Amino acid sequence: MRRYSAFAIAREVLRHHQGWERAWAKPEPRKQYDVIIVGAGGHGLATAYYLGKNHGITNVAVLEKGWLGGGNTGRNTTIIRSNYLQDPSAAIYEKARSLYETLSQDLNMNVMFSPRGVMMLAQTEHEVRGYVRTAHANALQGVQTEFIGPERVKELCPIIRIDGPRYPVLGALWQARGGTARHDAVAWGYARACSDMGMHIIQKCEVTGIRTEGGNVTGVETTRGPIGCSKLGLVAAGHSGVLAQMAGFRLPLESVALQALVSEPIKPCMDVVVMANTVHGYMSQSDKGEMVIGGGTDGFNNYTQRGSFHHIEETVRALVETFPMIARLKMLRQWGGIVDVTGDRSPIISPTPVGGLFVNCGWGTGGFKAIPGGGWATAEMIAKGAPGPLAAEFGLNRFREGRFIDESVAAGVAH
Amino acid sequence: MSTRLATGGRLIDRNKPLGFSFNGKRMTGYAGDTLASALLANGQMLVGRSFKYHRPRGIVARGAEEPNALANFGESAAFEPNQRMTTTPLTEGAVIASQNHWPSLEFDIGAINARMARFLPAGFYYKTFNWPRGFWKHIYEPFIRRSAGLGKAPKERDEDRYEHLYAFCDVLVIGGGIAGLVAAKAAGDSGQRVILIEQTGSWGGRAAVDGGQIDGIEVMQWIKETLQELEKNKNITIRPNTMGAGIYDHGYTLAYEQTHDLNAPRHRLWRIRAAKIITATGAIERPLSFANNDLPGVMLASAVRDYLADCGVSAGDRTVIVTNNDDAYRTAVALKEGGLEVPAILDARPDPLGQLVEKARDLGIRVEAGRGVASVTGKGRVQGVDVCLHAGEGAVLETIPCEAVAMSGGWSPVVHLWSHCRGKLIWDEEQAHFRPDPSRPPINHDGQGFVITAGSASGALQTNDVLADAHRAASGAGTPPVSDAISEGPIMPVWVMPQGAGIEKRAKMFLDYQNDVKVSDVQLAAQEGYESVEHAKRYTTLGMATDQGKLSNINGLAVLSDALHQPIPDTGTTTFRPPYTPISMASIAGDARGELFQPLRRTPLHDWHEDNGAHWEPVGQWRRPYAFVRTGESVDQAVAREVTATRTSLGLLDASTLGKIIVKGPDAGKFLDMMYTNMMSNLAVGKCRYGLMCSENGFLIDDGVVARMSEDTWLCHTTTGGADHIHGHMEEWLQTEWWDWKVYTANVTEQWAQIGIVGPNARKVLEKIGGIDVSAETLPFMTWAEGKLGGIPVRAFRISFSGELSYEIAVAANQGRALWDMLHAAGDEHGATSYGTEALHIMRAEKGFIMIGDETDGTVIPQDLGLDWAISKKKDDYLGKRAQARSHMTDRNRWKLVGLETLDGSVLPDGAYAVADGENANGQRKTQGRVTSTYQSPTLGRGIAMGLVSNGPDRMGDVLNFPDTDGKPHEARIVSPVFYDPDGEKQNV
Repeated sequence: MRRYSAFAIAREVLRHHQGWERAWAKPEPRKQYDVIIVGAGGHGLATAYYLGKNHGITNVAVLEKGWLGGGNTGRNTTIIRSNYLQDPSAAIYEKARSLYETLSQDLNMNVMFSPRGVMMLAQTEHEVRGYVRTAHANALQGVQTEFIGPERVKELCPIIRIDGPRYPVLGALWQARGGTARHDAVAWGYARACSDMGMHIIQKCEVTGIRTEGGNVTGVETTRGPIGCSKLGLVAAGHSGVLAQMAGFRLPLESVALQALVSEPIKPCMDVVVMANTVHGYMSQSDKGEMVIGGGTDGFNNYTQRGSFHHIEETVRALVETFPMIARLKMLRQWGGIVDVTGDRSPIISPTPVGGLFVNCGWGTGGFKAIPGGGWATAEMIAKGAPGPLAAEFGLNRFREGRFIDESVAAGVAH
Repeated sequence: MSTRLATGGRLIDRNKPLGFSFNGKRMTGYAGDTLASALLANGQMLVGRSFKYHRPRGIVARGAEEPNALANFGESAAFEPNQRMTTTPLTEGAVIASQNHWPSLEFDIGAINARMARFLPAGFYYKTFNWPRGFWKHIYEPFIRRSAGLGKAPKERDEDRYEHLYAFCDVLVIGGGIAGLVAAKAAGDSGQRVILIEQTGSWGGRAAVDGGQIDGIEVMQWIKETLQELEKNKNITIRPNTMGAGIYDHGYTLAYEQTHDLNAPRHRLWRIRAAKIITATGAIERPLSFANNDLPGVMLASAVRDYLADCGVSAGDRTVIVTNNDDAYRTAVALKEGGLEVPAILDARPDPLGQLVEKARDLGIRVEAGRGVASVTGKGRVQGVDVCLHAGEGAVLETIPCEAVAMSGGWSPVVHLWSHCRGKLIWDEEQAHFRPDPSRPPINHDGQGFVITAGSASGALQTNDVLADAHRAASGAGTPPVSDAISEGPIMPVWVMPQGAGIEKRAKMFLDYQNDVKVSDVQLAAQEGYESVEHAKRYTTLGMATDQGKLSNINGLAVLSDALHQPIPDTGTTTFRPPYTPISMASIAGDARGELFQPLRRTPLHDWHEDNGAHWEPVGQWRRPYAFVRTGESVDQAVAREVTATRTSLGLLDASTLGKIIVKGPDAGKFLDMMYTNMMSNLAVGKCRYGLMCSENGFLIDDGVVARMSEDTWLCHTTTGGADHIHGHMEEWLQTEWWDWKVYTANVTEQWAQIGIVGPNARKVLEKIGGIDVSAETLPFMTWAEGKLGGIPVRAFRISFSGELSYEIAVAANQGRALWDMLHAAGDEHGATSYGTEALHIMRAEKGFIMIGDETDGTVIPQDLGLDWAISKKKDDYLGKRAQARSHMTDRNRWKLVGLETLDGSVLPDGAYAVADGENANGQRKTQGRVTSTYQSPTLGRGIAMGLVSNGPDRMGDVLNFPDTDGKPHEARIVSPVFYDPDGEKQNV
């Protein structure tokens, strides 16, 4: 792979960019790999990347039924933060956040990580207490956050109305090193780096069956024929349940549509990410100028990646109340992504009843921010055959034992 | 230069001139103009700057597909960025300013980007700004952000009104062109209820411009008569200025009305439930990709014709037509007949033959077959075109001076609404466009299609096909109307002009005008492996502008397909998402703003609280007094005063927000035994019991006192915040699991006012008012009785959340204030003191009572809180029982409820954790407990706290450190959580 550099750009300018190589190769699948990852979204690609980078395993294929990065990686609102309450969550999200800090350099592709700061507004006394508690927890977890008052909120984000008639802003949990990144670039960057290590990223290749022998995985059936492997990672978000069924076990997941929308682009007016859980909505402004808005999940299970309207209405209403200046902006586009939600709304990074078969799923509404950490932990688990400290608490056994990792007190509705 | 002609313009009223300003310059237009037509009429071809290169941009289109003509529109609270000038009617005094330039539209420093274009191809961001680390956040990104966006950010609060409206019908027809009119009429004639909506203020669509006859009468007359017939039919509702914005599951349709009426709400958002939807949304003309096709003065051929016919505006005195189809000849003919010059028609087709071609030739227009545009020449605006062979590489044959270029690359049906709910498309090779595949429509719950297309939205481009298709779509009776339209010759697809254009030319062919995406960018995406149409879109930003690719998408994916050497259908389209064109956020919010944002729930005593210094706290949709602050008092002082007054004499609490759910029926007892951890079926009539409710996962979700009202009726009190969702929780179990149990539930929270009379003098006050016997003998602790108090019928509950002698008196909501006033009057001699939620919280904490949401957070089971006594051992089952038996739930080291006392009497920081030695495997400080409630106790004169500590109840006397967020240590000793009256002597008198 030719590196992106100032020199490379100068060279290509001279020849009208006709010398740029493919970002990732387009190989024919081999018959057998050491590891197959199902799902070329952020987590799948990051898993492959850290298998190579941290564990020297490069005979890897990443199979994708559609186009890489086309699931939730390519349709989320790109918020990155790690101000979680429970220790296991804070550990993996902070690992991810810290990896994002250097991801552009690591991948040699600008993923535009922008630590512009994330604030979660407290609009009831109860919320104030919840975020004060999170700030205490974060201090012990090594996550830098602070609880700030309404004046500081207004100073950091002048377009917020802090004295609204219904839910005045009482303060906020502020994580200065949280922010956003360019979601597509994260997938593309990992894909390019994986391809550079000789891994195979195979798009338009749907897994239709999982082959096992004596309780151990031996390969997959795909729309492009059978492919063998010694280890298999299912990293397919909402469709992980479908894949697990092929291997003969069930996952405690429900799939629901999460709604999002963007406005038309306007000149910069908001430098931070704001989440308002009491009124249910969150917003940031992209580098292109659009206000990127996330809302709630539909109240019913489904797999259609469609926008529905009732949640959009609630979300926009909440944000017009919180940011009155957006009233005269226009909604440009709305869409839905399918999030896979577990009973405690925390992810699953776990071995399974099938030998050599591992899962990474259940990220719910918060998967994008976790990509580097989730990939790191999943790669470690696949390489060593057992979860390391980052993944240890996220095993499937926690549901049987009642060891939930419940963030609901800190996260309200949305991540 | 564009100008207003002396005559013509079917939509404008030359008797009504309107003054407006553009970038501060005074101009005049007419009623019936759009902002765009008025600017063209004033010779203003340059209207904005593009997003990335800040290239000069002119008006390209006539309608919703316009990518360039966006304005900062209006002033102050009525200011709106990105207003599309082609669809905004001109109004008197309109203030229009162009966007995305500095210092001025004519001289824009940002245009330096255009000089740098070779350095800034698609995806350059991803390859650059990467080093050194930290520069992105601090240097590059701020710079890029400053150049982001188009319109200015509004600053003021919007003062206009917005409205939500709801409607239903059998058939919703979207689009008021001739197809929509035919479909609406056919559906209405068959007796169906019809709603017909049209996004513009005029009817007839393109046919009104292109003329001809339908059923033997002039088309304008036909439109007028058809409209009159529709208006007469009571089954049919007609709404102009209303756009079909989105179609959702089950025929739920969103329509967006812009009233353009100062006396009406500015926008209306319609939610229409339709059994069947007919989309007669027409088609959009495609631009052609030739070098410098973005210069102001290059317009769609149809738009040139529209401005002429609708507004009497010409784009220029000399207009060169560039086309690959017959329709553009109509523009040539219209211009010529309007007295304007058409120096040439450059037709990429080697052998154009249709009747329209003949007509143009007959008018003396020079038709050049097999020719294309090598490049448009001019600086800032069109000054000529370099003509070349379309089949060649672009060698210039001649230069034709001109002021405008009218281009047509063919027509694409507007398939957006069809596609919102996953209607599928097929590629029509003959007409070179994607059109809806009628065999794969959006599917409704019954497996049937619920959207059907009509007219050019179906891909029918000839007038007679349009009429027949619309008639069929509405299952019209009889034969469809017939027009005299002449037939057109076939189109020849042209995606790049000339075919063999080299890279220099391809780097000047714009696909997406607003986002500056060129043919070379899409080709670069393909070269770099961004092969999926979604990758190419996201890598180049093609189709991501405010027009969402209405002009650029098909051309872009044709270029992509060519680069990948694959047929266009294999590339497919990107996903069409609502809304069709952007709709205002304010219209989505509707009336629900400010005070009306969410319903404000008021107790019957709300006004009294308001008048008596209530410091409010939002609790769900309620507001509850946090404390009643008197003059000269701080909130904390008020709270302390309220606690002391209650503990020593008499406090009054508005407890009306407490949830009250009636559970009734032969199986009500059995049901409550499942809902609560306690046994409720054996509660005697007239008795009360404190109950706990858990989720399926075993976690404590709510608590409250349950009273048995009669043999088959229980009244369940819930927390204030819990009333609605606990009622929902009950109903969910009844409706999904125990649907055959005979139980009814009703949430009667708002039907009752409930008042707490608390303190050593509580009984005296009630006895003074007189009525119901509240003596310790007749009404002992945890019982209730019905009777009258001061003549008002009441229910008196002898329960306590403060540890004091306490009654809660419930009365019909409309009697609440009367009782409250009576209590204050009778309690005056005891210094009756109203108290708020904070005093309530402190008193319950002094007494060691848990609070849902403080001691619980969704991870706490009753056993953690020492509430084993409230868990029935006699029952086989209750919700959460099995979950509570899991290994982690029975672990002896779980964090359990204790009291905490600082060694120095200070108040522990809220939310603090008790640290343990060392770090865990992830480098986090180990913890062994946390503070759940912490207060300064006015009663004890020191800080008290409750907390959850690992194995806490077995560690009484241990001292733990609860550092603050800054690391400052706070030491506290583990004690009993009951700080006040541990034997319960005070409440039980």
